Amino acid sequence: MTVRDPALLQPASTLLPDVPSPSTPPRQGEATLRTGSGPQVRSRGASPAPARALDAARARADFPILHQQVHGKPLVYLDNAATSQKPRAVIDAVSRYYERDNANVHRGVHALSERATRAFEGARQTVARFLGADRREVIFVRGATEAVNLVAQTFGRQRVGAGDELVVTTLEHHSNIVPWQLLCAERGARLVPAPIDDAGDLDLAALERLLGPRVKLLAVTQVSNALGTVTPLPEIIALARARGIPVLVDGAQGAPHLGVDVRTLGADFYVFSGHKVYGPTGIGVLWGRREHLEAMPPWQGGGDMIRSVTFEKTTFNELPFKFEAGTPHIAGAIGLAAALDYVTALGLPAIAVHEAALLAQAEDALRTLPDIRLVGTPRQRAGVISFLLGDIHPHDLATIVDRQGVAIRAGHHCAQPLMRRLGVPATSRVSFALYNTAADVEALVQALHAARTIFS
Amino acid sequence: MSELSDLYQEVILDHGKRPRNFGPLPGATHHAEGLNPLCGDHLDVQATVQDGAVREVHFTGTGCAISRASASVMTGLVKGKRPEEVDALFQTFHALVTEGPGAVPDLDGLGKLAVFGGVHEFPTRVKCASLAWHTLRAALKGSGSASTE
Repeated sequence: MTVRDPALLQPASTLLPDVPSPSTPPRQGEATLRTGSGPQVRSRGASPAPARALDAARARADFPILHQQVHGKPLVYLDNAATSQKPRAVIDAVSRYYERDNANVHRGVHALSERATRAFEGARQTVARFLGADRREVIFVRGATEAVNLVAQTFGRQRVGAGDELVVTTLEHHSNIVPWQLLCAERGARLVPAPIDDAGDLDLAALERLLGPRVKLLAVTQVSNALGTVTPLPEIIALARARGIPVLVDGAQGAPHLGVDVRTLGADFYVFSGHKVYGPTGIGVLWGRREHLEAMPPWQGGGDMIRSVTFEKTTFNELPFKFEAGTPHIAGAIGLAAALDYVTALGLPAIAVHEAALLAQAEDALRTLPDIRLVGTPRQRAGVISFLLGDIHPHDLATIVDRQGVAIRAGHHCAQPLMRRLGVPATSRVSFALYNTAADVEALVQALHAARTIFS
Repeated sequence: MSELSDLYQEVILDHGKRPRNFGPLPGATHHAEGLNPLCGDHLDVQATVQDGAVREVHFTGTGCAISRASASVMTGLVKGKRPEEVDALFQTFHALVTEGPGAVPDLDGLGKLAVFGGVHEFPTRVKCASLAWHTLRAALKGSGSASTE
């Protein structure tokens, strides 16, 4: 993330406790950390740990897919907000599971089932640790989209009636708009969008005015997938909580760059997708406050989510299984845990510092192009830069830079209301991950120059 | 880069930048809206049909160079054609942009459409090239809207 106010940056002392000591030699294929400067000092007592920097070039070696040529050019992958690439540790965890442990979970008595269950529930524990949550509050779902739908159709249906209001923000991805729209249509409620300013920041004063007595829920993203805006969650959640309004936070873009601690966040629900945080597709997480999850009705019915079934009556399983009908994506959960272990070992603060430097470099480099327009210049940015280059349509631009090996996204980024607010039909978007380097930014700028030549 | 220059030929760049027949068509008898939900591109195609033939076609909207150029070239080519002739021309055009010049038996019959011969190398851009055509055919059939999905 880039921050105008350096005080907003996470201090390096918040390095997570299970980061391996720098003096431990790394195993082959494992990402490594190096100290930023000076001698390595082990922190004692309250003294902060030394600032660690991410060695992106070394981390890059952990991602097999990055080492290929596309259209005869080295791949430069800058579409990480769509999905991130997977480190060897994740690929191995998934194949190891299928090669050695595959069985159905929770019911089998045999050895493989025991192993699969242990790995699956161990993955839940890893996710819980990543979020700062209790494992019973961690529900495995397909992704952030399914998590939002689950909350809309259980919690939402219980609480929202005719004449009620749901507030979302103009920054939201369609996945944090449409499930609420469906709920509103079903219940005769109203979806109210909270406005942004021209820089792409939320208008907090306007949001506060919208949080009236009829509002039954506020749904807000942690980071905008289209602009990179980091929303001021502490302030937003405080406004909502002061009025007793529950808050759902979409962490799909936030989790890979900022992480989260749900204990201090103060929200009621936090959702994220595994594949954007270096894990497999098809797995994601819903975290919810236990009292909500206990009070919510089940969403889908089936095996695993029941305690006993007769044709007259079914009693439901305890948390988290109440919300996990059917055989879960066991390998996905195990792969996600491997991904979270991977980023935790590198250290989210170190990743954030590295990405902030890349974003700053990319912003500066893009501004050297004579007819560039950055779309969204938020106060705090994570992962993403959206832009327009002259009158070249983003789709043409994406095609041209692709032929230089540079993968970027063009379009509305599943945020059509936001595009309409900004008065653009589409943008080009570059989005960064821990393995991107300064050389990637240089390749991007070179490719953009090539596009300008074609369209000059 | 050679595939790129096949895609972005001078004619396409020119039509993309300065599209012909761009703007509303007063007195249009047919019109339809075309949407590419994938990218948000949006065209409105208006046509005047008289005595069973297309007399005039205009378009408005936003899109990439490929979709604008395709719309622009199309508006010129379909003048004087009957709807079934427009359909036939579209089928040939579609074969060209999906499979390449090798799939088109009569390349000369394509006229200016031949400049889209590079599109088939870029499968993600086929929808851009086809949007205007889908929209015009929807307009002539009176269905009001077309989508590439």
